[in-house]
Amino acid sequence: MANRAQIPTKNSALIAMIADEDTVVGFLLAGVGNVDLRRKTNYLIVDSKTTVKQIEDAFKEFTTREDIAIVLISQYVANMIRFLVDSYNKPVPAILEIPSKDHPYDPAHDSVLSRVKYLFSAESVASGRR
Amino acid sequence: MSGQTQRLNVVPTVTMLGVVKARLVGATRGHALLKKKSDALTVQFRQILKKIVSTKESMGDIMKTSSFALTEAKYVAGDNIKHVVLENVREASLKVRSRQENVAGVKLPKFEYTNDGEVNKNDLTGLARGGQQVQQCRAAYIKAIEVLVELASLQTSFLTLDEAIKTTNRRVNALENVVKPRLENTISYIKGELDELEREDFFRLKKIQGYKKREIEKQMQSAKMFAEEQVAEKLALQRGISLNNAQNMLSAAAQKDEDIIF
Repeated sequence: MANRAQIPTKNSALIAMIADEDTVVGFLLAGVGNVDLRRKTNYLIVDSKTTVKQIEDAFKEFTTREDIAIVLISQYVANMIRFLVDSYNKPVPAILEIPSKDHPYDPAHDSVLSRVKYLFSAESVASGRR
Repeated sequence: MSGQTQRLNVVPTVTMLGVVKARLVGATRGHALLKKKSDALTVQFRQILKKIVSTKESMGDIMKTSSFALTEAKYVAGDNIKHVVLENVREASLKVRSRQENVAGVKLPKFEYTNDGEVNKNDLTGLARGGQQVQQCRAAYIKAIEVLVELASLQTSFLTLDEAIKTTNRRVNALENVVKPRLENTISYIKGELDELEREDFFRLKKIQGYKKREIEKQMQSAKMFAEEQVAEKLALQRGISLNNAQNMLSAAAQKDEDIIF
């Protein structure tokens, strides 16, 4: 079979986060955070001072790192780099959009669900609730 | 694309006909099998999609509860736990394991989360005040992580299945619209050529038969004439003269003979 995407069977892969401070603190409390020898972390705290470029770079870095299996990204942050998120089509690592405190979950903007909007006919989740 | 259903360039022999027929059978069987595979994959795809939609909704709720728990913890333990937590990050204790599962012939990734159970530096957070809230907050977030990991594995299998379905459908269409018509055209071409060769042979045979017949007739004609001459010679001999001799005497008589006086 030609060009099957690489799905590595790894035993320990990290979960990366790009979200606002509270969400990241919560997840760090649970024990998801990792700082390696070169002080590289697997999370990025996004506040009002973070530039879009920083977010882009962090996203690109997380998706190219080999030991990261999941990238959690807040939805409002994902909206800032929507084009990058939408053009990303590798299966690993998986990009999940999570809601934050101020922005509840909105299925209309989720990149995965919007891609399969055509599959839904009448009961469309991605096209907003009625 | 011009010439989309051309035929293959082959030598039109009987052997090639057998070979191309075998290939056509193979292509037909492959087409049926691939269609079945595509249908099975689509069924799986829709199932996963439904699960994803429901899991995403529940994820929204769980995140809300975890946020509440965090706010409670912050309220009770003071805003400073943020910094304490940030400082205490070392090695991740919650990691994710990825396995491959074979579903309907496609390798799908599946994530499981493992608690490596190392020393959690955050165990001492909130020791001063609000320890219980912190623990509750941690438990809420761990539950959120479980749901998120499951959602991630659903999403990756979803994307992988999407790719697989597209490839399979592409192959089905290629077989149906390109390979099979080409093979069928090749078969009809070879059959046509073979028929033409047979007709040529037949025609040649007929022509040769015609020649032979004419030859035989000619020979019979000449044989007949010869036989008639022979019969005439025999008759003449019986009568004592040969036609030839009679003629010779006449011509000799035309010349001057000295013995004859007048």
